[in-house]
Amino acid sequence: MKNLVAWLRFAWTTLTSMRTALILLAVLGVAAVPGSLLPQRPTNPVGVSDFLKAHPDYGPWLGRLGFFDVFGSAWFAAIYLLLFISLIGCILPRTAVYLRQVRALPDAGPGRLDRLPGFVSGPVTATASDVLADAERYLTEHRYRVRRDAGAVSAERGYLRETGNLVFHICLLTMLIGLGWGSLFSFKGTAIVVEGQAFSNTLTQYDEFGAGAGFSSSQLAPFTVRLNSFDVKFEAGTVQTGAAREFNAHVGVTVPGSPEVQQSLQVNAPLQIGGDSVHLLGHGYAPVVTVRDGNGDVAFSGPVVFLPQDANFASQGVIKVPDGRPERLAFEGIFLPTAVSGGASGMVSAFPDVLNPELLLNVWTGPPKVETGQPESVYSLDRTGLTQLMRDGKPVTVGLAVGANYQLPDGKGSITFDGWKRWTKLQVSNSPGGWLVLGSVMLAVLGMALSLTVKLRRLFVRVTPATITPDETTPAAALRDAGGSSLTAGSSGSVEPTVPEEPARDEPASRRAPDTMTVSVAGLDRADGRGGLTDEVAALAAACGLGVTVTDTNEEEPQ
Amino acid sequence: MIADYSNLAMVTSVVLYLLAMTAHALEWASARTARVAEPALVSVGAGETAGKPAADAPVATDRPVPSRRVELFGRVGVAITVVAALTHVTGVVLRGIAAGRAPWGNMYEFITTSLAIVAIAYLVLVLRYGMRWLGLPVTLLLTIGQGLAVTVFYVQVSELMPALHSVWFVIHIIAAATAGAAFNIGGIASILYLLRTRAEERGRVRGYLARVPSAEALDRVSYRTLAFAFPLWTFTIAAGAIWAQYAWGRFWGWDPKETMSLVTWIVYAVYLHARATAGWKGRRAAIVAVIGLFSFWFNFVGINLLVSGLHSYAGI
Ligand code: HEM
Repeated sequence: MKNLVAWLRFAWTTLTSMRTALILLAVLGVAAVPGSLLPQRPTNPVGVSDFLKAHPDYGPWLGRLGFFDVFGSAWFAAIYLLLFISLIGCILPRTAVYLRQVRALPDAGPGRLDRLPGFVSGPVTATASDVLADAERYLTEHRYRVRRDAGAVSAERGYLRETGNLVFHICLLTMLIGLGWGSLFSFKGTAIVVEGQAFSNTLTQYDEFGAGAGFSSSQLAPFTVRLNSFDVKFEAGTVQTGAAREFNAHVGVTVPGSPEVQQSLQVNAPLQIGGDSVHLLGHGYAPVVTVRDGNGDVAFSGPVVFLPQDANFASQGVIKVPDGRPERLAFEGIFLPTAVSGGASGMVSAFPDVLNPELLLNVWTGPPKVETGQPESVYSLDRTGLTQLMRDGKPVTVGLAVGANYQLPDGKGSITFDGWKRWTKLQVSNSPGGWLVLGSVMLAVLGMALSLTVKLRRLFVRVTPATITPDETTPAAALRDAGGSSLTAGSSGSVEPTVPEEPARDEPASRRAPDTMTVSVAGLDRADGRGGLTDEVAALAAACGLGVTVTDTNEEEPQ
Repeated sequence: MIADYSNLAMVTSVVLYLLAMTAHALEWASARTARVAEPALVSVGAGETAGKPAADAPVATDRPVPSRRVELFGRVGVAITVVAALTHVTGVVLRGIAAGRAPWGNMYEFITTSLAIVAIAYLVLVLRYGMRWLGLPVTLLLTIGQGLAVTVFYVQVSELMPALHSVWFVIHIIAAATAGAAFNIGGIASILYLLRTRAEERGRVRGYLARVPSAEALDRVSYRTLAFAFPLWTFTIAAGAIWAQYAWGRFWGWDPKETMSLVTWIVYAVYLHARATAGWKGRRAAIVAVIGLFSFWFNFVGINLLVSGLHSYAGI
């Protein structure tokens, strides 16, 4: 039992030490690198399968070790959880120390000032209380917190440094809380909407949807977005030909109880509707076709969403006609917005905008399907029960320009390419806790800026009757006479000066007159990377009526 | 038309940086041959405190009185760099005018703009704080960087992609380029620190290394620039996240570029912690700073070339 307690105590102090924090941080940095270099399943599933195909030898091992989902892996979570435990264990005691320090006066300083990095000493003709009053005035003007003792003034500034540091580290914690909250209650879904059609914010209307464990569908704000039209401009010049230049979706937004409002949805300018954000994520083409079946009846009519395959929007898709009689029909193929002949496949698209649209299709037929109720992707064709339509032993390829009509062989029906529409991919999302994350980060930046710029400095002034200089070898009696137990050689740490009261007060009048006093001024910086100490010690010395050169023992110390 | 003048200015700046670098190389070479007075070595010893120049200025070292040749080459180097930087900035401004927008639309424009900020920051440090010892490494960086920009990364002027039309993008880029300039200068100081401490340990501080400040002062320069850069870099990432929220509807998506920015950030957080931890001060901290610089450059250039993500901009 005792052993366990000792062990736990050891584990806690080790985990919360600065060195452990340092190592955990370094490990976190190293662990994140593969997440940047290797394709990651959540963001790039295609990249992962390509990688596995290219490296069948070690790829699967990387997969098993979680390298294709680094940021969801257990070992990554272990690192940052340890780091944040360490962070809490670091913040708590530091906050306690800080609160005590802020309320206390600065301490009296070390016994020997001449050992401090900045030190100057010399004679001044004035009373001790005058010198100390001058010192105090200088120090308060320069925003030091001052402590006055008999024959000595100690001062400290830079409390904001630790404030900033604590604010920064605490903000890291609140940011994590915000992130955790967000991942619990946020949702994000996408839906493809063709021009002229509308999207209602209910679960069934999403193509893809993901949400945190705490999500409930009542969180979805009730609204409808109708895509009236979608403008796209592509670069037609010689530089970056085909690059997107402008997207503008003209949408009508309806929320319950109010009439439709016309709005424009652009990249970087999402809509905010009832707390949800609607983003414009992508776009593409939907050829509009009319299909007649073998009986001569219209079995399908309307736009069909095709998915872009390359930068010039050659788009792939499937037209399913399950209601065709006596046989159902299906068409599979590509839409080329600007068709030109070329490439291995015969035809390619040469420009992302519609200049010479063409629809190329293969045809499949089969007996009507028994409705199974199983959901089926609209973008791929399940070929079971279907046979490809052939002519002279070769697959039938339908090539249609806008307005053209094709009669299928053997009276199986016909297809007309009526035209095309654009579609947009909308993303609806809501991440509560975002403001907490953002607020924490901004506050963290401020805290950090404070903590890295504020000087943490302590200054000391001591006054002793002349003839006593710390450099001189002085008889012990003289030291005592000077009331300077603070000058006791060899003492280290802070020692309270033991002089009960200022000499000027109770001494005979002859000693009160301006006299030659030895004034020692010294200082030290507690945070590294700071300069200017010697200058300030000199300035303080000057304020005390001392004018000498300053020695600086710190600046060139060996590492 | 204006774009052609911009290109001309950029290419000219490469040539001028090369000349400036040559001048600084000659400065170094003549410093090497000039005999260095031995006392320069002693500056490391404790107790050697009297008669120091005000050690607060980052420049302050007790180096021997420079020979006339050394001084001349050094001045020529700085003078050429001033002209080069003016040409360089002109090139960036003309590029912006030619494009009718801020010149931050692709790799070429990012690199030229960031390096212009490096050049300006360097000249401020030289002319205000006398840090001429940065001359050789900085002009080397500028020559290589600008050289690669005009040869490998060059693209003609074109409009922005819609995703880049955002105030937050502009803020993000300015912060990133400024933080980047500071990372570079801090990294150079750290590299020099590592070289200088090694030389000091071997007791053979000669040539160029005798002309850079003491290890302690180099360490301070490095810390100050990185302490300036780090909050700015944090802000850069935050601004990027806000922009991503507008553009893509998520503020963080572990995109390769985002991830690598975070890695860079963590490396510098390690640096700051290292300095505050016994046993990690000094050399180890400096090594971490150099790793940070590599990480920054890899994120800036490497990721765009090697890994495809949402941040692959038009024309690289
Ligand atoms: C999530 C992990 C952490 C990060 C990202 C982080 C980041 C930072 C940064 C950027 C600084 C320098 C800026 C400033 O002084 O405000 C800093 C300083 C500091 N950190 Fe952390 N920190 C982390 C965890 C910790 C932990 C666990 C401890 C305690 C063991 C700790 C103790 C300190 C201390 C004492 C300083 C002040 C150093 C100085 O005086 O220069 N940090 N931290």
